[in-house]
Order: sequence, then C-alpha cells, then structure tokens
Amino acid sequence: MIGVAEWKERVESEKCYDLVSEMLERIERSRLNAYITVIENEALRKAEEYDKGELKGKLAGIPVAIKDNITTKGIRTTCASRILHDYVPPFDAHVVERLKAEGAIIIGKTNMDEFAMGTTTETSFFGVVRNPYDEDRVAGGSSGGSGAVVAGEEAVMSLGSDTGGSIRCPASFCGVYGLKPTYGLVSRYGLIPYANSLEQIGPMASSVEDLALLLEVIAGKDARDSTNAGRSFEFKGQTEKKFKIGVVKEMGGNDEVMGRFSEVLEMLNGLTDGEVVEVSMPSFRYALAAYYVIAMSEASSNLARYDGVRYGLASELDSWSRYFSKVRAEGFGEEVKRRIMLGSYALSAGYYGKYYLKALKVRTLVRRDFQKAFSQVDVLISPTMPSLPFRIGELADPLTMYKADVNTVAINLAGIPALSMPAGFVKGLPVGLQIMGDYFSENTILNFALMLEKRFSETGLIED
Amino acid sequence: MDDVIIGLEVHVQLNRLKTKLFCSCPINYHDSEPNTHVCPVCLGMPGAMPVINKEAVKAAIKIALALNAEVQPFTVFDRKNYFYPDLPKGFQISQYDRPLALGGYVTIETEDGEKKIALKRIHMEEDPGKLSYKGSITLAKYSLIDYNRSGVPLLEIVTEPVMSSPKEARLFLNKLRIILEYLEVFDGNLEGAMRVDANISLKGGGRVEIKNISSFKGVERALSYEITRQRNLLRRGRVVLRETRHFDEVNNITVSLRSKEEEQDYRYFPEPDLVPIHTSELVDEVKDLLPEMPEEKRQRFIQQYEIGDNFAKVLVLDPKMADYFEEVALQLDAKLAASWIVDVLRGELNYRGWDFRVGWEKLRPEEMIRLLKYFVEEKITEKGVVEVIRTKLDEGGDIDAIIQSKGLFAIPKTEIERLCREAIEKNPKAVEDYKAGKKQAANYLVGYVMKVTRGRADPAETAKIIREMLSN
Repeated sequence: MIGVAEWKERVESEKCYDLVSEMLERIERSRLNAYITVIENEALRKAEEYDKGELKGKLAGIPVAIKDNITTKGIRTTCASRILHDYVPPFDAHVVERLKAEGAIIIGKTNMDEFAMGTTTETSFFGVVRNPYDEDRVAGGSSGGSGAVVAGEEAVMSLGSDTGGSIRCPASFCGVYGLKPTYGLVSRYGLIPYANSLEQIGPMASSVEDLALLLEVIAGKDARDSTNAGRSFEFKGQTEKKFKIGVVKEMGGNDEVMGRFSEVLEMLNGLTDGEVVEVSMPSFRYALAAYYVIAMSEASSNLARYDGVRYGLASELDSWSRYFSKVRAEGFGEEVKRRIMLGSYALSAGYYGKYYLKALKVRTLVRRDFQKAFSQVDVLISPTMPSLPFRIGELADPLTMYKADVNTVAINLAGIPALSMPAGFVKGLPVGLQIMGDYFSENTILNFALMLEKRFSETGLIED
Repeated sequence: MDDVIIGLEVHVQLNRLKTKLFCSCPINYHDSEPNTHVCPVCLGMPGAMPVINKEAVKAAIKIALALNAEVQPFTVFDRKNYFYPDLPKGFQISQYDRPLALGGYVTIETEDGEKKIALKRIHMEEDPGKLSYKGSITLAKYSLIDYNRSGVPLLEIVTEPVMSSPKEARLFLNKLRIILEYLEVFDGNLEGAMRVDANISLKGGGRVEIKNISSFKGVERALSYEITRQRNLLRRGRVVLRETRHFDEVNNITVSLRSKEEEQDYRYFPEPDLVPIHTSELVDEVKDLLPEMPEEKRQRFIQQYEIGDNFAKVLVLDPKMADYFEEVALQLDAKLAASWIVDVLRGELNYRGWDFRVGWEKLRPEEMIRLLKYFVEEKITEKGVVEVIRTKLDEGGDIDAIIQSKGLFAIPKTEIERLCREAIEKNPKAVEDYKAGKKQAANYLVGYVMKVTRGRADPAETAKIIREMLSN
C-alpha cells in the first residue's frame, strides 16, 4: 500500500503526472473491479496542475477514491444500481467540496453494494469487487471498492459510507484502516441515503495517520445537513496515554477470528500502558434485529424517489402507476427490493408499533449500554467481522449475510465512532480489530489505534 | 340542520414568505416559467437534504397563536409516504403525531349569534408540484409536471367536526382568511392559496370526505350537494358509505374517488434528515410581532372613532380597508369617513372585482381625504363625489382635474340665487300659479335652474331658495 507520506516523497523526485498515470494503468489492468467510474482525464489534469505548483492544500496531489453513493458534480454517481446507472448529479457532496478545496485528486468512483445494501458488494449492478488478497473472495461491503483500492494501490486513500458496518467490514476484509465517525461529525449532504439516521461518511486508508488526516479534511460544519453537529476535527497525538480497554463479551466470531483476537488480547494484557476488562452489553441480543428494522424502514422511504420521472432509468410511457412499477421493477436489484418490501411492511399501519417503535426502544437501550460502558473504559474492542472474507457466492441466503453485521451494527444504532484496523492474518487473509469510543472521542480511538499499530509492527504480530 | 356534522381540513399556503419550506428557492411561482424555481432539494435529487426555513416556522406559530391554539413545546416532522408524479421524493414531509399546535378556535357570526368553531390541530407540511396538461386533461396524451410549487410552505388547519351547515363552513373559511391576511403571511387572492378537504356526515350515515376544493363557494356547494345526496339515500333506506369523493366544480356535483377499504397507508415515520424543533424561544419572539386582530380592532374602532358596530364590523373584514379608514378618519369626521368607505368605495371596488389593496393604489387615502373635504365644504355634491370616485377608479388622473373637466364643482350660492331670480323673472306664469296655491309650480322653476346648470345645482337647496324668494 502507498500511504500519504510515501506518495509525497515520491512526488518530490518523480512527477505527480507520471505517478497518477502509473496508477491509472494499474487500475486499467486490475481484476479487482473496484471502480465503477475512473476519472482519468480530470485526474491527469489535476496532477499536471500539481506539478506546476498550482494545486495547494492538505491533500494536494493525493489520489483519493470516492464511494459511488457520494454525489460528484458532472461525474456519474450510480449507487451501483441500474436505476441510476447513467445519473449525473448537478452538485458536489460536502465532502467532495472539502476534498477539492484541499487539492485532492479525485481518481474515481468506487464499486459498492447496490444502494449500500450488502456486506459483500455482490448486490452491485456492476459486479462483485474482488479481494486483493484472494480474488476468489469478496472485498467486503458495502464500501468494498473503497477498501480494495487502498489495499490494491489503486488510490492512496478513499471515502466510504457506513450504515451498519459498511466501512469497517471492507477495511477488515481488505486489511486497511477504516473509520466510521460519530454521527453528525461529517456532513451527509450529498450522501445518497440508505438509512439516514444511521450512516456517516468516513475515511479509509493504509495507516492511522492517513485516516486522521482525511477525517480532518471531511469533518466540520455544514448548514445543509440539519443533523450535522457543527464540530470540526483536529488530530492530537497523545502517545503517553494509558488506556482502559473493555472487551465486549457479546461480540465474537468463529474460531479462526477468535484465535487471532485472543492473541491480540494476550498482547494487550502484557502491555504496561493498558488495562483490559470484560464488558457485557445485554441489549446486543436485539441490536441486529432493531438495526435491520430501522435501516429497511428508512430505506423503503428513501428509495421511493426513484420513479423514472426526473432522472435515472426511464421506460416506455404508460399510466403513471404502471410506469413507476415498470421502472422500479427493472431498475432495482433483488436485495434492494427485499429491503423496500420489508421496510414498507415494518412501517405499515398495525405493525409500526410492533416493529419500528420497538426497534427505536432497543436503540435507546443500546445507547445506554454504551454510555454505561464508557463510564468505565476508554475504548471497547472486538473483532470487526465474525469471520474471514467470504468466498464469492458463499452467502447464499440473505439472513446469513445480515448476521455477518452482528459486531458492527450496534455502533450505528448508538451513533458512536468506531474504526477497524488490520490485526494480522489467518490463512493469508486479513483480520480486522474493531475499536469503539464514546461520542466525539475520535482522538482517543485514533490514538489507541496508533499505539496498537506501533506495537503490532514492533512485535511483528501483523505479518502474514 | 341538526343532523349534519361538518369538519374541515384547510391547507393554507404561507405564500407571502420569501422562500420554500426546506430550501432557498423563491415561492412566488405564479408568474414564472415552469421548473425555474427549483433546486436539488425541492426536486428530491439524490443526496440533497431539507433544511427547515425558520421564517416559515415563525409564520406558522404566528397563525397558531392568532387562532388561539396551543403551540407545542416540541414538534417533529414526519414523512408521509405515497407515490404520485407531482411528489418528487415519493413522500411528503409533513407532521403526524407531534404537530405544531393543538386546539384553538375561530369565532364566527351566525344568524343565531356568535359560534366558536373549535380547532383540532395545526401542522406544517410542504406543497407538492403541480400537474398540467397540453390542451384539455382528457385529450392530452401525457401530463407535464411543474415543480415550482414543490416545497412551498403549507399549514394544515383541522377543525373539530362542529359545523352544522354549509353556510357555517363558508363563514368559518371567510373568517379564517381574514385572520390570515391580518398576519401578513398569506395572500388569499393567489390561485391555490387555500384548498379545503371537507368531511360531512348525516345522522345514521358514514363520513364522506370531499377532497381538494379550491374555492369557498365550492365548499358550500359541494357540502349542499352532499347533504341532498346523503339525505336522499337515507330516506330511501340506503346506506351512506364511508368514502372519499371529488368535487366537480363545473357540474357542481361530487363523484366517488375511493372507498374506505382503498384508503392509503401513509406509513408515517419521523423525517430522519430533520431534527425536532423546540418552539419556546420562537413563540416568545413571535408573540411580540403579533398584530392587532380583527376583533380587537373592531372594539377599538367603536371606542376610538365612535362609529357604529355596523361600520366597524365591515371595516375590519380586510386589514387594508381598516387601515384606509384610519388614514382618512384621522383627517376628517370618522363617521363620514366610515360611511363613504363602507357604503361607496367598497361597493365600487367590489363591482370592479378589486379589493382595498388595489383601492389603495387607485384612489390613495390622501386623495380621498381631499375629495371628502370638498364635500364637507360643500364644494361638490354627493353625486359629484361618487362620480369622481368612479372616474378615478376607471381612468385615474388628478382629483381636481376630474372635478374641473366634468364641471363637478358645486355652483356657489350667490350664483344659484342669481339663477333663481332669473327663473322667477322669466317664468311669470309659474310664479303666478305658485302664489295661487299650486305649490308644485315651484318645481318648474327648480327645473329651470337645474337645466341651466346642467344638474350641478343642488335641487333641494335650489327649491329652498326659490320658495324663500316667492314667499317674500
């Protein structure tokens, strides 16, 4: 992987234009299928600008990839769906404005699960993203493309979005770093919604330092998102800190993953700058069910606008209701339709109290459990994913896929920040460690991750 | 009509605001090209997010307070989910179980005296776009959609089912309109400014909802039609089904749209892109801005200007008329001002289909004052004043120039006296007759003066002078 520091060093001696060309060629040859749209000409033009000294900012000359559910003015934004396969937005998302303002080179739009609904990118209209460590396996989802481009050196950094684990899962499966910020830290203006009350845009990168840098750029006040907290983020390193670490009893995994996780725990127990305790969160039993009820309910409404009238897939003119049905039947994939139907059901008269309201109650309980935990510890840790990257086609039924999100969804219900970092390999496949923190404690979890990153490389624990 | 129960849902556009409910597009869509007042937010483009227009919330609170409703401390927007081509997001942002305000009432004057029409709730929502057709709706091959209206702030005001006649419904709507116009957040003249859903049931029958009636007359007619229709059904022992009906404004009848079983399930849930509004600060802010309301104004007019309630009642019907009156009443006798404004100017404006906003421009209060001063000084007759008003409204121009060119300045008393003498001298026969006891002979002499002055002399005044001269 190429980090920001290495890229900057190479740009000193070589031309940015040549490095970007080289990257574009690598993307061209790549079998990962990580990009839906590559922005070749504009990326080269920007690289040229950099070489002339005209591109300034914190990310000047750095190729950044953007998940294809984040709107880019004049560049098609598909959500990996047939219904938007030729949709060109008239405006930039807030995060895209920020990237441009800091001189980033936007190199392409990354592949994902259709409307971010999935854990493997197998629901993408543009085909599955392959895992850089094993092309027969998935890169994770839904931000699979954004994970794969960092691991596959097809970008230096990327943006993903995380509704129930969609940044952390591919970070784990691709062996990169990914952070879901506190709800409200990053503006969602321009993020095409799957489940508005749960999701955040977040950075994916090859190191803690890069993760923090990208977060600094995208976090901040934006009046166009009413749920934006109006806070900015600045990374402050605190190397001397002693951490109190909680291990969540209810978040586990299969033997392969747990084997690796215990080795990490063992190392942490041996640390002089840490203390490990076990934490129990009883509400987690209901978190997965509550998450899917809320996410699908919001999705069923969010996706109602795709009717082929103003933009997106069109069909033969007919009476309006038949026209809508035709466009939506042809434009949405199977998983998206399933979630629209389940969500509509959960919100319908007579079932609202039984499902949606109950899910909101669970959400409150989950929040309380986290609050209680963070009154005792600085960070919570768990395996990010309960298993190693799946083989393509392995998750045959939707329920098995939903269950793969068991360790990640509670974080989104609560709105707290969490990151996934590489914690070594099992059978040549990456394993991710999830680090959770209290609201707006991004500095704490990044510092903890920085400490671990250092320990792992010192002890050689993460080598394959 | 003891057996009739009517409740109304009134959709009011806050059409005097500058911008839409959730974006900064202008709302004055009436005279603009289709789809020019639109942006990613009101077009429902993917990734665009609504942001609440605080001015709209303040206007809504203003209305709620003026309608005596209880503004809730905490209010939430919800999504009302349904598909329709004019609805760009596939849902309407509205309010459901936490509306802006609860309760309230509007007082109307019925033949049996005052009646308080109780309100159930008041909530905010966004207007959808508008369908239009090339040629007629039945012949057009396709519909066109104009999203200029999409996102215009609406207030839904729901009454309790407490009205007992179509006339009461109309009185309620008239009164509501006046109150809204007083608050300066609403212009009732604009097309689509107020749309009404009317619920009506007769004893022993199901509740029928008549959707989307766009005029007050329409509401009254639709309800009257429904009463007749439902009464006939019940008389014949038939059932009145619970259903939704549409009012056909051309034929003045209602037609069935859908039965209760076909009612949509809107799957309401809180809009996750907006945060709840805490209203207490806004309420404090708005309370100080609340203008004098019609009832208060009426009482004040009676006391301050000592005019009769019959005048005061009419003057407060339109805030512009009330203001006009006050401008004039400050310079002249208030009773005189009230009588000219209510009895003459209002009638002349109505006749031309205008209200006092137009009246204010066509005949400015200071011009009216000048005109009425001439009248008080007897420089112009009553008839002359009316003629000046009509000419001014129809053709414009300067008051004095109109009076001059039409020769409306009253003839001075000395001139009339001279003409009266002339009449007596030139008509000895009539004088003779008069003196012989034929009192009506004086009329002939008055007629002479009128003829010579081409009607400009005051006939009563002339008659008086002639009688005085003849009796000497």
